[in-house]
Amino acid sequence: MAKSVLKKAIPATSSDPRIPVTLTINGETVTREASPRLLLSDFIRHELGLTGTHVGCEHGVCGCCTVMIDGRAGRSCLAFAVQADGAEIRTIEGVAAGDGTLHPIQQAMMECHGLQCGYCTPGFVMSMLSYLEETPEPDLSETAIREVLSGNLCRCTGYNNIVKAFRRSVELMNAAEG
Amino acid sequence: MKPALFDYVAPETVEAAVAALAGDETARPLAGGQSLIPTMNFRLSTPGRLVDLQRIAALRGIAVEGGTIRVGAMTRHRELETDAAANAANPLIGEVLDNVAHIAIRNRGTVGGSIAHADPAAELPCLLVATGGAVTVEGPGGSREIAAADLFRFHMTTSLDQAEILTEIRIPALAPATGYAFEEFARRKGDYALAGVCTLLTVEGGVCRAARIAACGIASRPVRLAAAEDALAGGTLDEAARNAAGEAAKEYVTAQADLQASEAYRKDLLAALVRRTAATAAKRAGG
Amino acid sequence: MSTRQFGEPVQRNADPALLKGEGAFIDDISLPGALHAAFVRSAHARARIRSIDTSQAEVLPDVVAVYTADDIGALDAELPMLIPHPCITSGGKTQRPLARGDVFYAGQCIAMVVAVDRYAAEDACAAIAVEYEPLPVELDLDRAVADGAPLVHDDIPNNVAAHFVQQSGDPDAAFAAAEHTTTVRVRLERSTAAPMECRAVAARWDGVSGELTVWDSTQATISVRGGLASLFDIDEDRIRVIAPNVGGGFGQKIMMFHPDEILVPYAAMELDRPVKYIEDRVENFIGASQERAQIHEISLAARKDGTVLALRDSFVHDTGAFIPYGIAVAQVASTSIAGPYRIPDIWVEMTLVYTPCVQVTPYRGCGRPQACFAIERALDQLADELGIDRTEIRRRNFIGPGEFPYVRDGLLFADGLAVNYDSGEYEKALDLITETVDLASFRTEQEAARAAGRYLGFGLGFYVEGTGLGPYEGGHVKVHPITGKVYVTTGLTSQGQGHETVFAQIAADQVGCDVKDVIFAEGDTQAHEWGVATFASRAAVVSGNAIHKAAVKARARIIAAAANMLETDEDSIELRDGRAWIVDGNRSVSLAEIATASNPLRYAFNEASQTATQFAPASTHDGPPLAEGQAPGIEETDYFSPSHATWAYGVHAAIVEFFPDTCAMEIRRYLCIHDCGNMINPMIVEGQVMGGIGQGIGGAFYERCAFDENGTPLAANFMDFLMPYATEVPDAEILHMETPSPLNPLGIKGVGEAGTIPVSQVVASAMEDALAPLGIAPVRESPMSPDMIHRLLSEARSR
Repeated sequence: MAKSVLKKAIPATSSDPRIPVTLTINGETVTREASPRLLLSDFIRHELGLTGTHVGCEHGVCGCCTVMIDGRAGRSCLAFAVQADGAEIRTIEGVAAGDGTLHPIQQAMMECHGLQCGYCTPGFVMSMLSYLEETPEPDLSETAIREVLSGNLCRCTGYNNIVKAFRRSVELMNAAEG
Repeated sequence: MKPALFDYVAPETVEAAVAALAGDETARPLAGGQSLIPTMNFRLSTPGRLVDLQRIAALRGIAVEGGTIRVGAMTRHRELETDAAANAANPLIGEVLDNVAHIAIRNRGTVGGSIAHADPAAELPCLLVATGGAVTVEGPGGSREIAAADLFRFHMTTSLDQAEILTEIRIPALAPATGYAFEEFARRKGDYALAGVCTLLTVEGGVCRAARIAACGIASRPVRLAAAEDALAGGTLDEAARNAAGEAAKEYVTAQADLQASEAYRKDLLAALVRRTAATAAKRAGG
Repeated sequence: MSTRQFGEPVQRNADPALLKGEGAFIDDISLPGALHAAFVRSAHARARIRSIDTSQAEVLPDVVAVYTADDIGALDAELPMLIPHPCITSGGKTQRPLARGDVFYAGQCIAMVVAVDRYAAEDACAAIAVEYEPLPVELDLDRAVADGAPLVHDDIPNNVAAHFVQQSGDPDAAFAAAEHTTTVRVRLERSTAAPMECRAVAARWDGVSGELTVWDSTQATISVRGGLASLFDIDEDRIRVIAPNVGGGFGQKIMMFHPDEILVPYAAMELDRPVKYIEDRVENFIGASQERAQIHEISLAARKDGTVLALRDSFVHDTGAFIPYGIAVAQVASTSIAGPYRIPDIWVEMTLVYTPCVQVTPYRGCGRPQACFAIERALDQLADELGIDRTEIRRRNFIGPGEFPYVRDGLLFADGLAVNYDSGEYEKALDLITETVDLASFRTEQEAARAAGRYLGFGLGFYVEGTGLGPYEGGHVKVHPITGKVYVTTGLTSQGQGHETVFAQIAADQVGCDVKDVIFAEGDTQAHEWGVATFASRAAVVSGNAIHKAAVKARARIIAAAANMLETDEDSIELRDGRAWIVDGNRSVSLAEIATASNPLRYAFNEASQTATQFAPASTHDGPPLAEGQAPGIEETDYFSPSHATWAYGVHAAIVEFFPDTCAMEIRRYLCIHDCGNMINPMIVEGQVMGGIGQGIGGAFYERCAFDENGTPLAANFMDFLMPYATEVPDAEILHMETPSPLNPLGIKGVGEAGTIPVSQVVASAMEDALAPLGIAPVRESPMSPDMIHRLLSEARSR
């Protein structure tokens, strides 16, 4: 095999300094160490192993990495893990019921064929969840729904079915509250 | 697209933050991070130290006092956007913020961060210039006031010193008999605008007594369109006046042509937005 | 029979996991001890590399290895020329995994760093100093082929990568005799697939067993395995290639090999550690395949009544700095050029041009959007010149339903066979769309709007799409003995198209089980190792029919076994609800029992195996204790090879409003009539079409891979490459027609790319219609933009 510049030993982790980070994620409080530059998205995915939060652009445009930070949707690629010290984070893994039953938003996305490759999907679900939790009586006009969904890119669906899923989510959530 | 390494501190007081900045030329304050972190991910920006301001409680909060809306620099966009008192005092605020990026960005982005970042296409600096607001900054030499007109120097450049922190933003309440409008044109909803215009018209007896118009996206900083203001002030806000204001605005376009707008297009677009916002503001003023 | 699943809007089997964040995309796969790769990429479009200094990177504590062209042994060679063609100049240029001597586009890989994490790898990339001697470039296609233009490759004169002419009939005679001719020149800009998941590769080498496992977000696992076996000289049996969940491909991921696809496995073997490369968004914009840029000059020869007699099209095609995928994109464009129209005499010339930009390989639509834009723009102009309604002129030229098969001799499609349309109801589709949109009422509304100073416009575009190319795919159907679940595999990969559901529907119909009880596997060379790949809207057609054929055979096996078990004859058996029943009776056996009986067991694991065959009788011959010649298990494999491409088609229409003060355009209504033959799952078909429309809207009005005059990419992020959000894509109405294909047992045609094809034409045509009162010049470019319309309006005013 060809020459390579091989170190005598490969370090287990990088030589970056580490800062302890304590946060609550999907209801569970954890403390880990993180380099100051570690993006929250990478911390969630690779340090905590919650890989449902996807990374699509790392400059805040696509919305794939959207999670809820202290109750509000935010881009996890535009935050450092160390900033989340003390924060309460919710990710896609915490959305369905404990027994695996889909949340109404997830159910609606399935019923309306609101996903194809599924890569952007967790980001959409978290954006919708954040908005619907914040807005008890959402405006269900086409324009209003599309404005709420703007901020998340999808390359597969052309969005129509996600708009439908948004409406269906509200129906299912209202029915559940009955 | 991973940022370079930096030193991180999260002080709990403004004084400590100023001290952390003052000790290091490469240090930069970190507010909401919605503009800074992308540039760091692209490695266009490689600060040696980030001074995270989010733990400084004194930098949060909104208060409406004596005709002024006082906004703590670390207040999130979305908090100001949905603040009833602030919007009652000046409904232009909500109209502007609705155009800032997307909800998830507004949930994290801060008012002070956006203003200190001084992107010439950004909406909040334009709002501050149009309303004649001001900011307070604190640095090693103490605190000082900077009027909006003196704050924005150039692309991403304000009159703040490296170790100064923007602490408060003050936006005047809407004056009596004043109509307002903000409109921008972006290729996609939430993008930085090719041009945006903030217009305030005070109308008495069908005559425009005062006009304040500022634009973003057209120059190296948000600019007052004085010639357009002059075209409206003192007259009735009829179509001819609005058209004249639009034409007068064109001279302020100095932004280079880019992928989305030639100089000629941006000028015509600016004129259209001046006409549109003038019409809306006039109507809202009851003129 | 159970209720037939074919044709039903069955919800997708894949969704619950994806919705709960349980998908397994490549970067979601945990590989303990994995190292991470990053690349130093050329900062210049065309330059000579004077030096590469890696010393500063090598001393960084977290760096494990740095590779330049000098460090990759036998891999330091030009990558495979995947699809050769005799018309390609000097056999065609392909890139080296890492640049040696010269770079040919901004973004080309020069060095690879492997470090403990991606952060450290990027630090090291930043520490590598490359000295360049920039060379002159020419990006304009017309100027690039002129004498004296700077050359991308010194030994390729005039930058001509390939030149090819095809002819059908006698166009010269038709043009000589024509009552009217018209010529249109159209230009389409570069764009890119931009899947939400960028490309990704991970590799693990097991030095003990000598096995290499590669996770690759490819559309072509089996082909990648073949390529790796060839490049590394390892037996194919020792290489497993897996495409797990893949976040969109749209053609970009059919291209092999992007350099990382071989360098990552190389590093994994060399370092004996798993290595991951997760392409970031900027890298996807500068280093992954792009498409679309073409300039067509198309002429039509017609009678005064609008009948088009002949077509001549000469186009230049930007192939980028390399041509690994051959002439495929240009060939598809050239053979789609006559659309759904009879046009008997055709001459089409294509010139493929090297430009100092990343290579061009298929992107959803693959030359068809360009061809559609050219012919449809020309037809609109012809109609205008002859004073015939734009809709009516199409009607006068359609191939009629009785004229199929309709062959264009001399035009060879991407499968190497003559263009041969199999079926269609083109005029009916046009009627349906004009009725649905109520064109007459719109014209009244348009008049009224114009009087009020508002600008509304209507436009439509028709397209055909050759889909379902060979060579072949396989299908494998097996009933699991213990659980009775039905296991189906094929050699494709999925990027979210719902294969697991539509193929389950096809199998379930034959086997008589619930769709949810079908376990489907693909995208793994160990699951199914014969086949080709997912591309060219071919998955449903080719694998769908292969699985159907295999399932038909499995059904016969099940019925025979059940008849034996229930002691009745085969005609008395029906399959439903996962069981075989005696017709009009209440006795039945489950699929699990049947499968177990077909695989005589000694051990009783559960009820099914107990009732089936504990202590199976001794065989009466030297095979297993089944009928002589029969293999154990319910398991069948079959293959399907289409005789030639099957041609889907459709028509889109839009009503737009144009705002002259801001030059904004709003799509007020968007309609699509689509016919892909029999639909396996209309929900999924509609999803595919709508997704294509969304992508088409992006291509028509927002997205452009722009470069400056030095060849530096200007739109290498999502702020400058304007992929539309929900706010920019209209709520399209989609109506279906189903004209079965006579070419395959299921009567289906492909649907994957359809939606993207006509959108630029529809928008351009509608915009022209809206702006007709302002006297603008015709729209001849895609993408359009407010800035471009502003220019047209300014030109009109100054005339």
